[in-house]
Amino acid sequence: MTASFDILLQTLLSGVLIGLIYALVAVGLTMIFGVMDIVNFAHGEFLMLGMYASFWGFALWALDPMFTLPLTALMLFALGAAIYHVVIRRIIRAPMLSQIFTTFGLMILFRGLAQFLWKPDFRTIEHTIVQGKVAFAGLQFGLPQLVAGGGAIVVTGVVWWFLQRTRLGAALEATAADKEAAALMGIDVQKMFALAWGIGAACAGIAGALLSTFFPIFPEVGANFILVAFVTVALGGFGSVAGAFWAGIIVGIVEVLGGFLLGPQYKLALVLTLYLLVVLLRPQGLLGRA
Amino acid sequence: MPTATQPTAPIAASSGASRLVTAKRIALLAVVALALVLPSLVANTSQLNYAILVLMIAQAGVAWNILGGYAGQVSLGHAAFYGIGAYTSTQLLLVFGLSPWLGMLAGGGVAVLFALAIGWPCFRLKGHYFAMATIAIAEILQIVVTNWDWLGGAVGVSLPLAETGWWGFVFNKSKVPYYYIVLGLLLLTIGASWLIERSFLGYYFRAIKDEPDAARSIGIDLKRYKLIAIAASSFLTALGGTFYAQKELFIDPGSTMATSLSIKIALVAILGGVGTLGGPVIGALILTAIEEATRAMFGGTGRGTDLIIYALLIIGVAVFYPSGIAGWWRNLEKRWLEPKLAGRTRETP
Repeated sequence: MTASFDILLQTLLSGVLIGLIYALVAVGLTMIFGVMDIVNFAHGEFLMLGMYASFWGFALWALDPMFTLPLTALMLFALGAAIYHVVIRRIIRAPMLSQIFTTFGLMILFRGLAQFLWKPDFRTIEHTIVQGKVAFAGLQFGLPQLVAGGGAIVVTGVVWWFLQRTRLGAALEATAADKEAAALMGIDVQKMFALAWGIGAACAGIAGALLSTFFPIFPEVGANFILVAFVTVALGGFGSVAGAFWAGIIVGIVEVLGGFLLGPQYKLALVLTLYLLVVLLRPQGLLGRA
Repeated sequence: MPTATQPTAPIAASSGASRLVTAKRIALLAVVALALVLPSLVANTSQLNYAILVLMIAQAGVAWNILGGYAGQVSLGHAAFYGIGAYTSTQLLLVFGLSPWLGMLAGGGVAVLFALAIGWPCFRLKGHYFAMATIAIAEILQIVVTNWDWLGGAVGVSLPLAETGWWGFVFNKSKVPYYYIVLGLLLLTIGASWLIERSFLGYYFRAIKDEPDAARSIGIDLKRYKLIAIAASSFLTALGGTFYAQKELFIDPGSTMATSLSIKIALVAILGGVGTLGGPVIGALILTAIEEATRAMFGGTGRGTDLIIYALLIIGVAVFYPSGIAGWWRNLEKRWLEPKLAGRTRETP
């Protein structure tokens, strides 16, 4: 009895840990969506680039992914803001179809670039400062997963604090609520949009850096995360950072429980069913604006 | 008689437009005639195969356009209908020995039922939410089929290598019959779109797309017409799926149901011009040409160069030409061709 209970508990907690990463990826996605109503299909590629940044830091200069993490975040922030200024700025008023295909094109572009520059091979980072296992109350956890989960909580918390407690964060929230009114109040809306893309990309990049210590790195790795991130954003409520956090944990649990009960091949199908149920039955999500 | 010899500007412009219509009709006839004799013009089987590929993706794009273009309901899950067409006819052939022609109709029927079942709840979703729901549904279907052993699972299904014949829908010696079948399918699909565009359905679809609130306020049952659009679109898409199965004699979830196929189907329509009759055909020509050219130039996939070019094309069109090549051409007509043709009218006595 206790053995199977332990397995269940272990499964649930591993779901929570991966769910925290999903939450961090979704935080960036939901912010971009909330501020400018654009779905970023290239979001998984920000994560992929964060993983490669960690990998090259480690492979070329033997720098641990945990040490290069701030630099990874900065690079991704710059990339996100640059993409906004070069591409996204031009399609804010374009038909939805153009918006979808623009970010979709960016997704393919980054995958192609990664293949071209770094080959389609699977790569891993071994012997980082976070390795080994931690035993706790009869349960065992990989240290990389624990650190990644903890890091995701901290970063999500910082983003939430930034939005709630700083002037710049308030300006971002105001832009999300009403662009025209925000512009009339003297907020530079273009700057806010770029900021949302920068923070969004940085969150995904940090998630990639945290994952890089225990997850294989390859050009298509973002595909594993983007659909799950969409579901998380919908469940949390489009545009809600706090919602994305709790939704990420729920999606992580649903995924591992589904894999446990139905078999791992149905994990994604179950998570996608959750998306359909949410948008059809509770479109505002857990904490979204109705 | 001064007005007859010196037409005023508006008359000249309209006669330029009518000349353009005549020119377009002649051009259209020439294109159809060229398509009919193409098999005797191509040098080898690989060129013919290339033409078949263009017609296949064009047919799916025209079918997608009924829902995504005219009615404005963006589906990124059309591969589900394509796969249903391929799997239904194949399974009916393998289990009951049914002719793929009948299987094709049955596949269309199953696709319509599936489309109505997902359209009924999902048509209340707007914009992004609907598009993402179609991705989710198609992905779920692909996962289910991948794990369904009776349907061949992830390995796929090989179709029996039957003797060449029209009723059996298998042609071993020459690919020319496949060419004419897919050309026929494309013309059928264009014909259906043309009828829809011209009928009251076309007006309702456009009203749903452009002014949904106004359409509702004058009593149009939005959901009913969206369901009609998805039924027509899914039926025609499924026909293409059966054709694919018979041409390749092998199907698997990855080649008939993947999201990448859904995206490609939508992409040819966007590239050529959403909501136009011939747009998807032009989009299919250009997309396939670019794919083949990058493959020839940079050799195979895996290097990523083909993806980069494909991506830059998508972004370029989406950002700079949101109305596709059709929109660009319409601009050209208005600014340059019509005045020019009108000018020629004036010169001829």
